[in-house]
Amino acid sequence: MSLELKEVEKKVGIETHIYSTNLKLEKNTINVLLGSTLAGKTTLMQIMAGLDKPTSGEIWFNGENVTGKEVQKRNCSMVYQQFINYPNFTVFDNIASPLKITGINSDEIKKRVGKVAELLKLSAMLNKKPDELSGGQQQRTALARALVKDSDLILLDEPLANLDFKLREELREELPKLFEDRDCIVVYATTEPLDALMIGGNTATLLEGNVVQYGKTLDVYNKPDNLTSAKVFSDPPMNIAEITKSGDKFKLADNNVQWTSNVNIKDGNYKIGIRPHNITTYKEGSNSVEINGKVLISELSGSESLIHFTNGKLNWVSLSNGIQQRNIGEDTKLHMNVDEFLYFDQNNRLVNHG
Amino acid sequence: MNKTFNQKAWYFVIPVFVLVAFNAAVPLMTVVNYSFQETFGSNVFAWEGTRWFKEILHSERFHASLGRQAIFTFIILLIQLPLGIFIALTMPKKGWGVPVCLILMSMPLLIPWNVVGAMWNIFALPDIGFLGNSLNSIGFDYNFTQQSGDAWFTTILMDVWHWTSLVVLLSYAGLNSIQPAYYQAAEIDGASRWDIFRYIELPKMKKVLTLAILLRFMDSFMIYTEPFVLTGGGPGNATNFLSLDLVKMALGQFDLGPAAAMSLIYFLIVLLICWIFYSLMMKNEART
Repeated sequence: MSLELKEVEKKVGIETHIYSTNLKLEKNTINVLLGSTLAGKTTLMQIMAGLDKPTSGEIWFNGENVTGKEVQKRNCSMVYQQFINYPNFTVFDNIASPLKITGINSDEIKKRVGKVAELLKLSAMLNKKPDELSGGQQQRTALARALVKDSDLILLDEPLANLDFKLREELREELPKLFEDRDCIVVYATTEPLDALMIGGNTATLLEGNVVQYGKTLDVYNKPDNLTSAKVFSDPPMNIAEITKSGDKFKLADNNVQWTSNVNIKDGNYKIGIRPHNITTYKEGSNSVEINGKVLISELSGSESLIHFTNGKLNWVSLSNGIQQRNIGEDTKLHMNVDEFLYFDQNNRLVNHG
Repeated sequence: MNKTFNQKAWYFVIPVFVLVAFNAAVPLMTVVNYSFQETFGSNVFAWEGTRWFKEILHSERFHASLGRQAIFTFIILLIQLPLGIFIALTMPKKGWGVPVCLILMSMPLLIPWNVVGAMWNIFALPDIGFLGNSLNSIGFDYNFTQQSGDAWFTTILMDVWHWTSLVVLLSYAGLNSIQPAYYQAAEIDGASRWDIFRYIELPKMKKVLTLAILLRFMDSFMIYTEPFVLTGGGPGNATNFLSLDLVKMALGQFDLGPAAAMSLIYFLIVLLICWIFYSLMMKNEART
């Protein structure tokens, strides 16, 4: 089983929503579409589902061209950011709704709904209506509806975005387990890099209608093909600077911060990308370099501290563990973990990492 | 802590109290006052107790106009609600058609009620009115000033023309608040157009429709101006609805006592029906 997009393109009027895209999703995989709002995640999903037709290109499913096939005739289900359930059906009827249309007998329906409800911890709520449930339970019901019918393709469009923090964490942990031994392709759209990392599987980074990179989630994270992919897959945003290299000496372009490294690239000008958690108020790693900064904002989030700082033209952000209180305007010293730097050439392609 | 005891905040309530008093309580109490007394003018009153209430409740005239009123309201609700929902469903959701439709729909609502009555009166005249003349020329024996059936037909048609827009606008607002994802989800489930209407649109419109029914019930149950100008309650008493009859009794015959009793009964009927309907519709909403 596989889902393949071949040269899929989507234009609305004169605007291009999806630029020519090739993507092959394999059986039994969870695939994360990662990108900011308007990156084209939802459009791509609707094309995959058959809710929307591509302007050009083809969609192949299991070796069959399904480009013009209506959504009802494909075996797919979808969960949305909003909690979409039939308002005057009970939870049971809601979950059963995709099955009733297929004409399965009622004993079988009961069995399957019961099983899914138990999986999603809804067994006690089967007789309630959606508006009597909490947001988390409403979204669980919507998830149950998507899971109950054994779809070949399950599309989840930012399913956690409208949930509050606690419920979100809880459901995010459960999600990968729900799909573990199902014979289907799961596509999960999100704006949050953390979602992608926690869900695992494969990730496609998207920017402005382009699929920038597709591969195993950790590979995309650790070895982004290019600067764009690295930026999409970094939250807080990645810190970027121009550098020059000669021999084993590296130097920030507008700045006298220098370090040595045995990274094997030619001498010349490069860009580096440093993830915020590799700039810390304390030393980390065997090879680190100091940078001075003037504190712009300092945010504490319980177990972590974000410090936004400037140094010359650089406007960077650092992420340290623990509570690291800094005052606005204060000069502070931070440590960058050289082993974790990402090096890009002048065309923004990755040349070396770590 | 030492609290100072101060009741001055009550003064803030006075403006509202005065307003409500003049606006509702005083006129209502005047009517209540009349309903228990007999008067011959010159500010001379005689106590009658509950006599007028008993008389009204047993009067055939009241039963007849209440009956007419109930039938009228029932018919116009039966026509205006489905028609309004249907028009709202067929209205465009985006593009230039939206403002055009909305403006066209609001037009009848903006015309003063007596003008509506006068318009339809002329429109329906059998000799010179476009509607009346056309109907006669294609073979119908139509004359709303002489035949009760025709008078009813015209009054109902007028009300449908005047007020269906309100149901349309409310339903349209309700429909527009449904997120597109609901339709997509239904499409994925393979739901038919009827299923979408029955299981998504109708439940989602429940609140605005409740409001539409309440407003249309109240307004039509108290209809006065339009039939007064159109038919004046005639021919005979054919379209003599409750409020028309009430005014005839109060100002035409100057029977202030019975008229006051009748308006109280009238008021209580409207209040009771609205309350029962609203509590039934909202019974399930209370929990959320």
